[in-house]
Amino acid sequence: MNSFLEFFSFADPNIRYVAFGAVLLTASSAIVGSFTFLNKKSLIGDAIAHAVLPGICLGFIVSQTKNPVILITGAFITGWLSLLAVEFITARTRLKEDTAIGLVLSVFFGIGIVMLTVIQKSGNAAQSGLDHFLFGKAAALVGDDLIAFGSVALILLIVVYFLFKEFALLAFDKDYARSIGFPVRIIELVLTSLIVLAVVIGIQAVGVVLMAAILITPAAAARFWTNKITVMILLASIFGAVSGLSGAYISYIAPAMPTGPWIVIVISTIAFISFFFAPKRGVINRLFRQATIRRTINDENVLKAFYQLGEENKNFFNPHPAEAVLRKRRMQHGAMIKILERLQAQGYLEKAKPGWTLTEEGKLRAQRVVKIHRLWELYLTTELRIAPDHVHDDADTIEHLLTPELEAELERILQFPKADPHQSEIPYRDR
Amino acid sequence: MNDIYIITTASLVASSCALLGCFLILRKMAMVGDAISHAVLPGIVIAFLISGSRDSITMLIGAGLIGILTTFLIEFFHKKAKLQTDASIGVTFTWLFAVGVVLISLFAGKVDLDQDCVLYGEIAYVPIDILIINNESFGPRALYIMSAILFAIILFIYIGYKELFLTTFDPAYASAIGISTSLWHYLLMSAVSLTTVASFESVGAILVVALLIAPAATAYLLTDNFKLMLVIACLAGIAASVTGYYVAVWLDSSIAGSIAMMAGVIFTFTLIFSPSHGLISKRLKATIG
Repeated sequence: MNSFLEFFSFADPNIRYVAFGAVLLTASSAIVGSFTFLNKKSLIGDAIAHAVLPGICLGFIVSQTKNPVILITGAFITGWLSLLAVEFITARTRLKEDTAIGLVLSVFFGIGIVMLTVIQKSGNAAQSGLDHFLFGKAAALVGDDLIAFGSVALILLIVVYFLFKEFALLAFDKDYARSIGFPVRIIELVLTSLIVLAVVIGIQAVGVVLMAAILITPAAAARFWTNKITVMILLASIFGAVSGLSGAYISYIAPAMPTGPWIVIVISTIAFISFFFAPKRGVINRLFRQATIRRTINDENVLKAFYQLGEENKNFFNPHPAEAVLRKRRMQHGAMIKILERLQAQGYLEKAKPGWTLTEEGKLRAQRVVKIHRLWELYLTTELRIAPDHVHDDADTIEHLLTPELEAELERILQFPKADPHQSEIPYRDR
Repeated sequence: MNDIYIITTASLVASSCALLGCFLILRKMAMVGDAISHAVLPGIVIAFLISGSRDSITMLIGAGLIGILTTFLIEFFHKKAKLQTDASIGVTFTWLFAVGVVLISLFAGKVDLDQDCVLYGEIAYVPIDILIINNESFGPRALYIMSAILFAIILFIYIGYKELFLTTFDPAYASAIGISTSLWHYLLMSAVSLTTVASFESVGAILVVALLIAPAATAYLLTDNFKLMLVIACLAGIAASVTGYYVAVWLDSSIAGSIAMMAGVIFTFTLIFSPSHGLISKRLKATIG
């Protein structure tokens, strides 16, 4: 607890540098990464991240110092080269984009490793720490680094702020952007440069291999909570910042722990929680909704079976045993009993001898389903000219989904017909 | 003698990877291969902690399982959570790799692995690690492991050739005649993770990707015949290993990195000069036609 207060009071300037640096790096990567994510270019970020390694080494070989500006320039050049290579291979050969990305990523990385090992054996004392780019060094940020990376992060934020509308349009509807005369190619160029810049400063935090994570994982997590792009980007930057800060804190209390991987573990955990528990888009909610829909469909199908049995006997309130319903609607006996009991509990069925009988409420619900089914069949045959023997399956689906408004519209278009294409009567509520 | 050992081991790794890579790039799963090669890291560390050594059945089983887990997670996030595929791959593998690195730091004293080795392996140590039975030396251990892996992969492709071929080129037809596409999908992914783990010590987790993709991509630009593509991919992989080794000796650099670099050089040459799909021949055809 003591170390918690010590860290979060930010009294020690070193802690300030590290915490501020980590938050800045992760949040700005997350903002730019949101556009990468929306453009479906997540893995391109990975390729750039690997491809900046030879550039950094080249910068060092040329200058023999670890001047951040020179290293960033080198990284920027090879990062761009890798992108051009991916685009060229995809456009000019029959290799697919994923192959091109994997190829460029691993070959550039290989070249980077060759250069790194050559530098390490060259005996230049200044080289120590160059390998921090492999796994990041968020915990070892000093004032000078912070100024360099802070300025780059600031540039990123300013450009995103002023070109926000353009980037958003590009992500969602490139063709439209082109048709209304946007300079799509130039905007793409700017965005790609931003991604390269974000990667170049982001690898300071987590290193080459895990860079893709701080670009896209915050965006992927944020996407689950909202459909608004502004909210999504704001959330992504908050998620990024939280993970950056936690990573810095973890390596503060356990100095042997690598910061980068911890940042990634924190942001991944946030992402997994989002994937599963986010309202509306999360897996659990999705499964729950599917189960509800499936239950509704089963219920309505059983009620429909009662209705059809009633039509045969000319009395809708005759009791029917489960076996009779099963002849209309095939399923496991146990599953049928469960549905019947559920419908009874909801007041659509009543226990009777033998079996169950529709209540007034149950009859109305069943009648509506049957009505929509038959109206839909008629609509498909008369309005869309589909053969009468092809319309049943479609109607079987739509009968559970049609809203009351569409139902009224359907009745109006067809002018309350008496019978469906198979000459079955269409039942209306007493008007 | 050491040269021969290193080059042979590298060639064995390259051939195993090249064979699997052909299937990966044709199935548009190159990046899944990339993801698996990163994701096996926690599997390796955990298996190491359980069994206490690097070459064991535990590790191979662990590798197979983690490969399947990775593939499953990628598909799960894509299908159930409706996350786009590229993001699903990116999120999954970075997470597993991060877990692996953290595990290495947590058990630094107990696990004989370091972060650099994870990235680019150390094939130069192959000749030092000798297999000794009854005080008799049988040559480097890695040589035996990689031979066994290559043999297993050739056997796998030989036995399942029809199934692998059909599920790659015509999955709809394959499932129509009763071949389970998902079974072969998962089998292939297990083979990829097995190879990655076995190659791990020599070339590291990331440079395996170069050997998975580059030789296969090279072969794809040279032929339209799939069997020929498998053969050419192996040859390209072996050529990269041999030239890569000598370049590394000349520059005094990482051997694995240099092999990856040479795989890229061979690909670039093919890209320019391939008689069927090269840039020059395409240009010529365009001007003549």
